[in-house]
Amino acid sequence: MTLFYLCIGAGLFLLGLHSFLLQRQLVRVIIAINVMSSGVFMIMVALAKRGDSTDPILHALVVTGLVVAVSASAFALRLATSLLERKNPGGKP
Amino acid sequence: MMISDWLFDGALGLLLLTLAAAVLHTRQLYTSVVLFIAFGLLLALTWARLGAPDLALAEAAIGAGLTGALLLSALARIGTDAEPPVRSSPLSLISATLLALLVLIILLRAILPLADGPVLLTPLALEKLPGSGVDHPVTAVLLNYRAWDTLLELVVLLLALLGVRQLQPATQVIPKPWPLLLAWSRMLAPLALLVGGYVLWRGAFAPGGAFQAGALLAAGAVVLRLNHLLPPVSWQHWLVRLLVVLGLAVFLAVGLASIWLGHGWLEYPPAMAGGLILLIEIAATLSIATSLTLLVVGEKEELRA
Repeated sequence: MTLFYLCIGAGLFLLGLHSFLLQRQLVRVIIAINVMSSGVFMIMVALAKRGDSTDPILHALVVTGLVVAVSASAFALRLATSLLERKNPGGKP
Repeated sequence: MMISDWLFDGALGLLLLTLAAAVLHTRQLYTSVVLFIAFGLLLALTWARLGAPDLALAEAAIGAGLTGALLLSALARIGTDAEPPVRSSPLSLISATLLALLVLIILLRAILPLADGPVLLTPLALEKLPGSGVDHPVTAVLLNYRAWDTLLELVVLLLALLGVRQLQPATQVIPKPWPLLLAWSRMLAPLALLVGGYVLWRGAFAPGGAFQAGALLAAGAVVLRLNHLLPPVSWQHWLVRLLVVLGLAVFLAVGLASIWLGHGWLEYPPAMAGGLILLIEIAATLSIATSLTLLVVGEKEELRA
């Protein structure tokens, strides 16, 4: 099972990376980075399950990672919205 | 049993990959955001499946809930067609695909051997558990063995909040809620408080803890704010500022006290470890809840008490 979820994690990371390289829309780039980070988290959680007992250290690192990811996304989204608002002021449909 | 297990895992994995592909490649930005929220919820299910209930809780509240709210409010602010989608040229498509495939090969070579690699730290972490002050290994790692990480994480949260605050545009207009949502969120408020407190308290000996509790409280506060049941949450109010820095301040105070009283940076005396961890956790929960709420619905105007 660990192997299977490792592959899924790698797949998620790759999908995110591919889209990250291609997309030009800022919000989509941020979503792509979030999908990439989900892939990384999945690899860590899958690795945590390999021994007899689950590994608390990897779990704790992922909990930390989740909060850092949401903080970074919030900041990035705010940067993106400020930029777009400055680009086309009052351009909201 | 075996086959049903595989059926579940296989379906979950395929669904995750399909949803991720859909999130990244749908034409409509709005659809993509909604699919991303669904993706987060499935991810929470996967964490539960992989034996990580702590993560499932955190993911459902933070990954799916708050990130979704952030993305939706960003969309509301810029409008869905602020940026016209750019058709990427075939050349860049091919090169991105090639690069992704190459990275895939390197990644698989790097991570597949890890699946049967030695597990060195888990026994050590479990062995030291009795002296850590809590009974739940994840909480012990977060607030005792690797407390430094958690402290810095609070710093990251504070920095993100400061950054967002610098860029805060005009106050967002929140539309009037529909009646059913209003009624539900009235019922939700005490539940969010109760579950948040419970999860915080449980963290000492079972899955749960400061981050999950903070995220739950923040999610509750965001729902209430979006339904006009909470006054505008302002940066300027002294109470809000105090709550935001409280977690970091208590953590730093404990760290400094532990140096001063002779144990070293963030090394708690075993007899007091449980109490200190609970103290830090309560302060951190309040800080995380306030910071996450401010990240999503923070506003400039003065809070009228």
